[in-house]
Amino acid sequence: MCLAIPMRITSISGEMAQVEVGGVERPVSLALTPEARVGDYVLVHTGFAISVLDEQEALETLRLFEEIAQYDEAANPSVGEQAG
Amino acid sequence: MKYIDEFRDPALARRLLAEIAARSTRPVCLMEFCGGHTHAIFRHGLRQMLPPTVQLRSGPGCPVCVTAGADLDRAIAVAGLPGVILTTFGDMLKVPGSRGSLQTARAAGADVRVVYSALDALHIARENPERAVVFLGVGFETTAPTVAAAVLKAQAEGLSNFYVLSLHKLTPPAMRAILDAGEVRLAGIIGPGHVTTVIGSAAWEFLPRDYRMPCAVAGFEPLDILHAVRALVEMAEEGRPAVVNAYSRSVRPEGNRVALEAMARVFEVSEAEWRGVGRLPASGLALRPEYARFDAARAFPVEVAPSGEPAGCRCGDVLRGVLEPPDCPLFRRVCTPADPVGPCMVSAEGACAAYYQYAA
Repeated sequence: MCLAIPMRITSISGEMAQVEVGGVERPVSLALTPEARVGDYVLVHTGFAISVLDEQEALETLRLFEEIAQYDEAANPSVGEQAG
Repeated sequence: MKYIDEFRDPALARRLLAEIAARSTRPVCLMEFCGGHTHAIFRHGLRQMLPPTVQLRSGPGCPVCVTAGADLDRAIAVAGLPGVILTTFGDMLKVPGSRGSLQTARAAGADVRVVYSALDALHIARENPERAVVFLGVGFETTAPTVAAAVLKAQAEGLSNFYVLSLHKLTPPAMRAILDAGEVRLAGIIGPGHVTTVIGSAAWEFLPRDYRMPCAVAGFEPLDILHAVRALVEMAEEGRPAVVNAYSRSVRPEGNRVALEAMARVFEVSEAEWRGVGRLPASGLALRPEYARFDAARAFPVEVAPSGEPAGCRCGDVLRGVLEPPDCPLFRRVCTPADPVGPCMVSAEGACAAYYQYAA
């Protein structure tokens, strides 16, 4: 049961929140993430938010990837051809 | 930042792949513990893109797949009791037990309902006060806190017809069992990102400490997995085992304290039986005595005949990383998602289902 999806909180009422992804809204329990706020992205698993996603950490992780020196794709065209 | 597309960026994937190829000088076998990772790796074509020195093996991280035959038979027996509504996550429905599945039980008249969340089972209990609503609790540490939260809610509301049949299991003991068995020579573990969101990356420190085994906790997008593979290759090349948190936007060293507290409040650690691995001490979760009134195992004790592995089924070997699904004699010829012999072909996270769906 590893499946969990990042969804954005659009409103909160008590322990329950409305979350949205791709234009679809659904209710989610914040019982396990009481610190979550409207506008936060949470990871949703079987109807519960299990973590509030940290935007700074996400940006930092992407920066780490971007810092990897540009690979010389002209010299080595076969690597990652099917990527994406 | 929407947390999905950014972590699928093909240009960044190419850079990570190039780094991995450049750093990897010797063959390594990495275990992706979690079935969700096996599926993601296939879905994004990562196996073919990694250099040939990096081999990936799938592990026992599929809670449906590791549910023991006898436990499933007991759940099916409970479903058949008069007045019971058995609620379950969808991918338990078609797993073959010794004498049929939950689905065949339903066809024979048992009231079996698929739910997305334990909260849905609570709702069914409120709507059907004269029926006993039993929720089949399958899942690791990602799911167990949600079921604990549902039990606490049932208690707060004074619900008297809601029960949990707990087959929940803990992942670190399974990891230890695989390593202790020493059947596969592994150079690193891709750690389960959502389990670890709950239990915290510090929970994996025993891997480098006791087994000199590198672990990189990974999310489920392609860049997450490549990020973890790169870290593992580096640690293997340098002989420098450690736990790397490669999913820091969700995973913290201490995990989710609220979720851990809910889980500890409702459940206690118990022995559990794992398909393919056997009985492991301190590897499962049972409801605490204080919550006995919600415990389906106490309320509905059932006897079932001993169950064995279906003839020819190699799920156990697949779960321990000893056999790859295409090497099972039944794979695709006899055992298919429509007509499964064992759970690995049925579950959304099953390795056999992943190979069937994606591998040529």
